[in-house]
Formats: sequence, structure tokens, C-alpha cells
Amino acid sequence: MNLLFWIGFAAMLFAVRKQRVLWPLLALGLLLAFNYFFTPGFFDLDVRGGHLYGQRIDILNQGAKVMLVALGMTLVIATGGVDLSVGAVMALAGTVAAQLMVGHRCSFAVGVLGAMGVALLAGAWNGALVAYGGIQPIIATLILMVAGRGVAQLVGEGQIINFTDPAMAYLGNGHFLGLPFTLTLVLVLLVITYALTRRTALGLFIESVGDNPVASRYAGINARLVTFLAYLFTGFCAGLAGLVAASNIKSADANHAGLYLELDAILAVVVGGTALTGGRFYLVGSLVGALLIQTLTTTMYARNVSADVAPVPKALVIIAVCLLQSEKVHRYFRRKFPKRPVPTEPVVAAAASSPSVPS
Amino acid sequence: MLTVGCLLSAGCGKKETGGDKKLTVGFSQIGAESAWRTANTDSLKDAAQKAGVNLVFSDAQQKQENQIKALRSFVAQGVDVIAFSPVVSTGFEPVLQEIRQAKIPVILSDRTVDVSDPALYASFVGSDFVEEGRRAGEWLATHTDGKATIVELVGTPGAAPAIDRKKGFEEAIAKYPGMKIVKSQSGDFTRAKGKEVMEAFLKSPDAKGITAVFAHNDDMALGAIQAMEEAGVQPGKDILIVSIDGVKAAFEAIVAGKLNCTVECNPLIGGTIMELSRKLADHQEVPRHVTSQEGVFDSANAARELPNRKY
Repeated sequence: MNLLFWIGFAAMLFAVRKQRVLWPLLALGLLLAFNYFFTPGFFDLDVRGGHLYGQRIDILNQGAKVMLVALGMTLVIATGGVDLSVGAVMALAGTVAAQLMVGHRCSFAVGVLGAMGVALLAGAWNGALVAYGGIQPIIATLILMVAGRGVAQLVGEGQIINFTDPAMAYLGNGHFLGLPFTLTLVLVLLVITYALTRRTALGLFIESVGDNPVASRYAGINARLVTFLAYLFTGFCAGLAGLVAASNIKSADANHAGLYLELDAILAVVVGGTALTGGRFYLVGSLVGALLIQTLTTTMYARNVSADVAPVPKALVIIAVCLLQSEKVHRYFRRKFPKRPVPTEPVVAAAASSPSVPS
Repeated sequence: MLTVGCLLSAGCGKKETGGDKKLTVGFSQIGAESAWRTANTDSLKDAAQKAGVNLVFSDAQQKQENQIKALRSFVAQGVDVIAFSPVVSTGFEPVLQEIRQAKIPVILSDRTVDVSDPALYASFVGSDFVEEGRRAGEWLATHTDGKATIVELVGTPGAAPAIDRKKGFEEAIAKYPGMKIVKSQSGDFTRAKGKEVMEAFLKSPDAKGITAVFAHNDDMALGAIQAMEEAGVQPGKDILIVSIDGVKAAFEAIVAGKLNCTVECNPLIGGTIMELSRKLADHQEVPRHVTSQEGVFDSANAARELPNRKY
């Protein structure tokens, strides 16, 4: 079973060897390998209650929130912006859903629709401020980051709202095909996002707006609309993550839901290879980045690293991954070890020099 | 030492508090960050109304500068007694000096401050976090015959309740060689983190040996309960759970048989503060530290107490 896992992982690495996602995936592989050898019980996997059960399954389930938010965040960052309000929007969505279902005895569908409506509204607000109001993204989204949690508190009347609705509990705790349902949610959202951005011109528009909004506008792209849509979509993702977060603990905690999650999401996107300056973006990379962060957290729990110290090894791994990706570091090593093949460019180099070799 | 309050308010003769004139108390609250804090605020307001005290209430919104501003405005308004819940423990010395010069007695509520001159405040009303941890440890010792393999869900690193509750608990179980903490991780005082950490604990190879959980607050315990249920472990039976705070949800969990014990950390200290204020205004002696009334609740007495829980 474990052998299969490693063969699969190696195949994945081989498949992406020329792509940007190689680096975060490699880091994730190394971290998993470390746990495989040195953390007892980390790779235990058995079937309990009709579904898979183990640390790796927990990583997928607990990492889902950051993965969902990271998908939206990737697009926003690709436009050259950033959305700091996602954590607060999560709290807002969870509280609205809980308050509708518990306080007003609405059905599950109404609760979810209400929550997603509020999340989309928040996304639209951010998008409007940035795209049409011309306010810098950090400032524009900071407003909701601070105020959103306050509104959530107001909606929840300062209390943690517990709910018992089985459908709501399924979102974050249920299993589908033996795996956490949240994983299905992430994959569906990934496929939709991928299709929208890579099978239509939308992805290209986003990248061009991120690279140069003025030039994009002259090229006939409605840069403002593209930016607006990116924030709207992130609001949607944050709303979904908020529902999952609330479902996970079967209660809406306006104070703590999604707290500092915006930082994890931004980190996941950056680790995944998307530059904060905008332009090219890597959806799968962001997901791998989110998994890497969650794996780190779970590793700290499994190895019983004290919470006071835990941020240090986490930071070291993140620094290592960022350095691995840096072009400057690549160039340095290429100069230092000129004969060693470097994964990003050797093919080009080989092709250029090949005509002289046979003759 | 006990005469401090008396000395402090000795010069307040010009403000007659007996009979016709209403006692005015200025209170600066930390904020409204949790259900506990909201209950604390409600208790103060209720108690003031009942005692016929004119309460000037100010919310610091988690910021010390707001709190210091509020304290200065209390001095300017010439209130009879000042009470506050300090946002942080340091940096209050200058403003407390100003209050002393104005000869207004000070009561600290639920948290204390670090000052070089203890005479800067008359009394402190609040919980003893170390004692709470100790009681949790003792409850567990009596109900497991001194034999338990414990995992600990710690509060936010560096927070006073987390440090003190851990200390008290460790003190209590040190007497029993059969009791030991095998894993200890921070759940940040939240349900989500409590659940996440417990999930990881339950998947460690020695998970089968865990017989008890000590959570620094109820919310983390409630998260841990969910993690156990999802892992097919019966909370409250296969693994005993002890926590601190005594919020309503914890009482419900005890009644449902999922939580074994909660040590109360009482936010309802408004009555005590009003009583002390009255005494200070009348130049009577007050005790330096008043520990709030706190119970230990388990399946024996939780059901009876549940209807009275407001928070």
C-alpha cells in the first residue's frame, strides 16, 4: 500500500518535472518521506466506519479550507492584488448559515444560499473597491478583514452557535467514496476553475491584467471587469471554506473561524509558485502549497513539538521551499555546478548544443 | 496592607456617598471577545442596577490606549471608585499614579497588573487560574484512582490562563506516580484547533493508551469530543475529559455524558465588585484579593446547575 503511494508520488514528480509545481511537490514529498521514516504511526491507514482513517486523510480534510481559499486567492494574486478579508468572510458565511438554520429555523438550502450570498456580496464589495474605486487591494480588503468579523459577531450575537443539521454536518465531516467529502469539494472547484481559466481566454486575461493592466486595456481587455470577477470568485471560495469550517466543528465561531487563514492562503499561493507581483498563476501549485502547510502542522502535532517552538521548523521549511523556487538561487547553482543538469533549462541547452555533437 | 483602600480613599470626604447621593463606579472593560466576557459585562451591569450604583461603563476594544483614556476620563468625571479589567498586565503604572493623586480607589477585575507599588490598587477580584488547574487535576486523580495517561490541550502559548492552569494541573498530579501527561499541544482555546489536535493525538501509535484529556478550556474539550466521536472512541467513557470554564455548552455535554468534569471560572463577579466599591467609598477595609465563587461540576451536579447557566 505504502509502496503504491510512493510509486504514485514518484510518477507525479516525473510527470511535472518541467513544471513550476515540481518544487512544492518535491518539498511535500521530502516532508512525507521524513515522516515515513521518523514519525511512527504517520503512515498508518485503515478503514474505520466505512471510510479511510489516518493522518494523511486528516491532512486532506483539515487542509481543505486553505485549499478552497487558495484557489480564489491564486486568481486575485494573479491580477496583481491580494485579498486579506477571506478569513473574516469565512467567519461571516459560517455565522450567517448557522444563524439562519438555528435562529430562524430555515432549511439547509436556505442557510447555504444565504451564506454564499453574503460571501459573494463581500467579494463584490472588495472587487468594486479595487477595480472601480481604484483603491489599493491591501487597503480595500483590509476594511472587510477588520469589519467583517465584527459584522459576523453582530450576526451571531457574540455567541458560538451550535447546529445539528445533518446535511450541514456532512459538508466538513462526511465521507464520499471513502474519502473526506471536502476533498471532492476541492477537486470540483479545481476542475471548474481550471476549465474557466485554461479552457477559455479568461486565464490569459487575468495574467495580462496582472502583468500590465494599462497595456491589457489598450489591447481591448476589460481589465476592471476581470479584476472584479477575481475578487467575486475569491468571496465565493471563502464562503465555501467558511461553511466547511463551521461544519467541521458543528458550530459557528465568529471570533475564531478563519482567523489568520488569509496568511496561510497567501503563503500557499506563493509556495505554489505564483508571484505576488501578479501575472502567471499555478492553481495546482497553490493546492500543493496548502497541503504542504497542513502537512507541516500535522507533523508538529504527531511529533509532539511544543507549540512555542513549532513555528520555527515550519518557517525553515517554508524558507527552503521559497529558495528552491528562486530563479536567482537556480542561477547561482548553475554557475557553481555548470555540468549538473538543472530541471528548468537543460532541455533547451541540450537542444542548442546537439547539432555539434553527432558530427 | 488591608488598610490600603482605606488610606486611598481617606481624602474623599468631600464626596458624600451615604444616603441621598448615588455611588458612581467607572468600569473599563477589555472588550467583547467571548461569551465569557459578555457574561462578565452583563453581570456588572445587572449588579450595578440592583445595588443602585451609577455605573459608567467603557469598552476598551482590546486596546490599552483606549483603556488608559477611559481611566483618565473617569478621573476627570470624579467617579467614586474605578474598576477595570486590564487588557495587558504592564504599562498601567503612570495612570494608576494619576488616579492615586485624585484619591480614587481602584479595583482590578478578573486580571491583575504588574506594578512596583502594590498600593496602587486596593483590591483584586478574580479567579485563581493555578487553583483551577489544581482542581481539575484533583478531580481526575480521585476518579481514576491516581492512574491516568493524559493528553493535554493547552491554551494559547504565553496566555496567563494557559500557563497557570498547566502549572496547577501538573502540581496536582505530581502526587500520583501513576498519572502522567504523555502529549501536550496548543489548541489555541478554540474548538477547531482542539479538534484538529485531538485528531492527530488519536492517530499516534500510542493512542490506545490514552485514558484522559485535560483541556485548558471548554471549547477545546468540545472540539476534542467531536474528534473522538468521529474516530469511534466514546468520549466520557473510553477517555475521560476534564476542562475549565464552565460555559453552558460544557454543562450540556456533561449531561449528555460526553464530558466528565468542568471547573468553573466564574465571570459573574459584578456583585462582589459593587459590594467592594460600596465599602471603599465608605472608607471601610477590604481584602486584597477576593477569589470568585467557583464550583467543580461533573455528572453528579451539572444537570441541576444547567438551567441557571446564562453563558
